[in-house]
Amino acid sequence: MVDDVLRVDGVYKKFRRGELYGSLRDLVPAMVGRVVRGKKPEDQLDQRDFWALQNVSFDVKRGEAFAIIGGNGAGKSTLLKLLTGIMRPTQGAIRVAGRVSALIEVSAGFHPDLTGRENVYLNGAILGMRREEIRQRFDAIVAFSGLEEFIDTPVKRYSSGMFARLGFSVAAHVDPDVLLVDEVLSVGDYMFQRKCVERMNAVIAAGSTVIFVSHNLRAVANLCQRSLLLERGKVQMIGPTEEVIHTYYERGQQARPIEADRGVAITEVVAHDETGRRVEIDSDSKLCITARARANTRHEDMTLVIQIVDEHQYAIFDTCTQRLGAGALTLDAGETLEVTFELDLALGEGTYHVNAFLHRYLTDRRFDSVSHAATFFVTGAHELRGVANLHPRLTMCKIGSGKSDVEGGLE
Amino acid sequence: MIRGAIQELFERRDLLYTIAWREIKVKYKQSVMGMLWAVLMPLAIVCSGMIVRFALASVSGKKVELDDLTSVAVKSVPWAFFVSALRFGTTSLINNAHLVTKIYLPRLIFPLASVSSQLLDFSIASAGVTIFLLVSRDWAFSVELLWLPLLLATLILLATALAILFSAASLFLRDVKFLVDVFLTFAIFFTPVLYDVSLFGKLAPLLLANPVSPLLEGIAAVVIHHQSPELPWVAYSIAISVSLFAFALAAFKRLEPLFAESI
Repeated sequence: MVDDVLRVDGVYKKFRRGELYGSLRDLVPAMVGRVVRGKKPEDQLDQRDFWALQNVSFDVKRGEAFAIIGGNGAGKSTLLKLLTGIMRPTQGAIRVAGRVSALIEVSAGFHPDLTGRENVYLNGAILGMRREEIRQRFDAIVAFSGLEEFIDTPVKRYSSGMFARLGFSVAAHVDPDVLLVDEVLSVGDYMFQRKCVERMNAVIAAGSTVIFVSHNLRAVANLCQRSLLLERGKVQMIGPTEEVIHTYYERGQQARPIEADRGVAITEVVAHDETGRRVEIDSDSKLCITARARANTRHEDMTLVIQIVDEHQYAIFDTCTQRLGAGALTLDAGETLEVTFELDLALGEGTYHVNAFLHRYLTDRRFDSVSHAATFFVTGAHELRGVANLHPRLTMCKIGSGKSDVEGGLE
Repeated sequence: MIRGAIQELFERRDLLYTIAWREIKVKYKQSVMGMLWAVLMPLAIVCSGMIVRFALASVSGKKVELDDLTSVAVKSVPWAFFVSALRFGTTSLINNAHLVTKIYLPRLIFPLASVSSQLLDFSIASAGVTIFLLVSRDWAFSVELLWLPLLLATLILLATALAILFSAASLFLRDVKFLVDVFLTFAIFFTPVLYDVSLFGKLAPLLLANPVSPLLEGIAAVVIHHQSPELPWVAYSIAISVSLFAFALAAFKRLEPLFAESI
C-alpha cells in the first residue's frame, strides 16, 4: 500500500541473558566452536537466549496516531528501538518511509558541561535538524521550555526538571515524518504537560504520523484512534484504542496462579458492576470488587484490605474485612476464599486502580500485596469533575418574587 | 553498503560538525590554559626529542645540527596528532554509549568527529611549527612542498581508518582499548619521530614497513631538505591507508546493527 508510512512485517528479536562473554575462558571455546560448527541458525534459541519480540506485524498509515500498549516487559521498548533503527530485528523487516524521530530519552544528547544554548544546538543536530533549522527555531524552543533566564548556564547546574523540559522542547520542534513518543508526557509540571499535549495534537493535526508508547492510557485514548496490545513480546490485538485498552485491563484482571513456595496469596481481583461488566463502569451502577485468596498452607488471623487509588496513585478509599466486622480470616491448606465488597459508586469520571493486601489481623504485617490488581473507568458522569461524586442537585430561585422558578435534581 | 554509509554521513554533515565542535568545546572547558594545550602537548614531545638528539650526538661525538632539531619538531606534530586521534577515536563509541543505545544516528560520526576535533589541535600546532621554521632559518618555498598535502592527507586517512576500526572493536571487547594504549606508548620506538630512518642503515626498510614512517620521513624531507619523498614507500603507505580505510568502513557497517546490544 502506498499509504503505509510504516510497515512492520513478522519481526522477531532475540536477546541473551547474562554477560556476552564472561571471561577469556568462555570466549575462546565459543569462538572455536563457532568456527568449527559454523554459525547457528538465527531462528534457534540457545539456552541463554529468549525472544523479546515474536512475530510482530502491523502497519501505520500516513497521518495516523497509533499507540503501543502493554505492561512492563511486554517488549514495548525493544519494539521502539527497532523502529528507530537503534537495533536490527533478528528476523523480519521494518520499512519506514521518511524521517523517523523519537521523543525518547530526549535529553540523552545533552552534555553537562555545555550551556543550555550550546545543548540546544547539539541535541537538535542529534535529533536530525540542520543548523539553519535550529537557528530559526531557537527562540521558539527556548520560549517553549520557559528557561530564557538560564539558557547560558551549563546544564549540569540545571534541576532534573529543567533538564527534561529543555530536552523535550528541542525534540518537540523537529518535524519528522514519523514521531515516536515514549512516556515523555510525564515531564514537568501540570502546565508544561498541557503544553506538551497541545503540541502533540498540533503535530498530529499537521499530518505527521505519531506512534505512542505510554502508561498514561487516558492520554493515549484521547490522541490515538488505533492501538496495538503487546504481551510478552507477542501482538495480542490491534484495533480501536478503546477496545484495546478494555482488553488490556480485562486481561490484567485474570487470575494469577499461586506459586508453590508461597504460603498464601491473592490470586484474583476483579472490579465489576452488579451485572458482571468489567473495566467500564457506569456511574449509575454499583461497584463490586471481588478478590480471591488461596492458601498452600494453613494461615490464621488474616485481613483482606482493598484500596482504590486515582491516576496519581492517591488513595481515595480504603477498607478491609476486619473493619467491616468480618473478624479474623482463616484458610486451610488448599482452600480458596472469595470476598466481594459491594460499594456505592460515588466517583467522578476517570481511571481508578484497585490495590489489594492480605494483612495479619490487627497489624500491618503483609502476607501478600498486589498493586493495580484491577483497573476500571468510571463513565457517564459528565456533569461533574474530580474524583468524588457528591451527587449534586440544583435548586434555584429568584429572590423577591416569592416562589421558586426552577427546582430540579440531577442524579 | 559503503555508498549508503557515505551518503548518510553527507546528509548528517551538520551533526558531524556539531559533535566535533562539542568534543573541542568540552575538552577545554574549565581549563585555564584552554587551547594552549594544543601547542603544549606536541611541544613536550619536541623537547624530549631534542634531548634525545643531544644525547645521541654527545655519545657519538658529533655536533648537533639545526636541521636535526627542526626535523624532530616537524615530525613530532603529525605524530602527536596520529596518537591522539587513535586514542580518542578508539574510545569514541564507548564514551558515547548513552547515544549509541538510545538514539539512532550514523555511528560512524563518533570516530570521525574524534579525528576531526584532533585536526584542530593539529592545525594550531602546525601553525606553531611554521612560525618556528620561519624564525629559526631563512626558509623559502620550494616545489617539493607540493607533496605536503598528499602526505598529510594520507596520514589523516590512515588515522581515520584505524580510529574507525578500533572504535568498533573496543565496543565489543574492552581489551582493544588497553592494547591500543600499550601499542601507542611503544610505537614511538618503531616510528622515526625522534630519529631518522637513515640511522638504521640496512635495516631501514624494516622501519619503513610501518606505514606511518614513510609519511613522517616524507614530511621532513619535503619541509626541511626540499627533497622529494621516497616515492615507492609513499605509494606503499597510500595503498595501505586506502585499503585499510575501505576495510574499516565495511567492517564498521557490518557490525553497526549489533552495537546497541553489545556495548
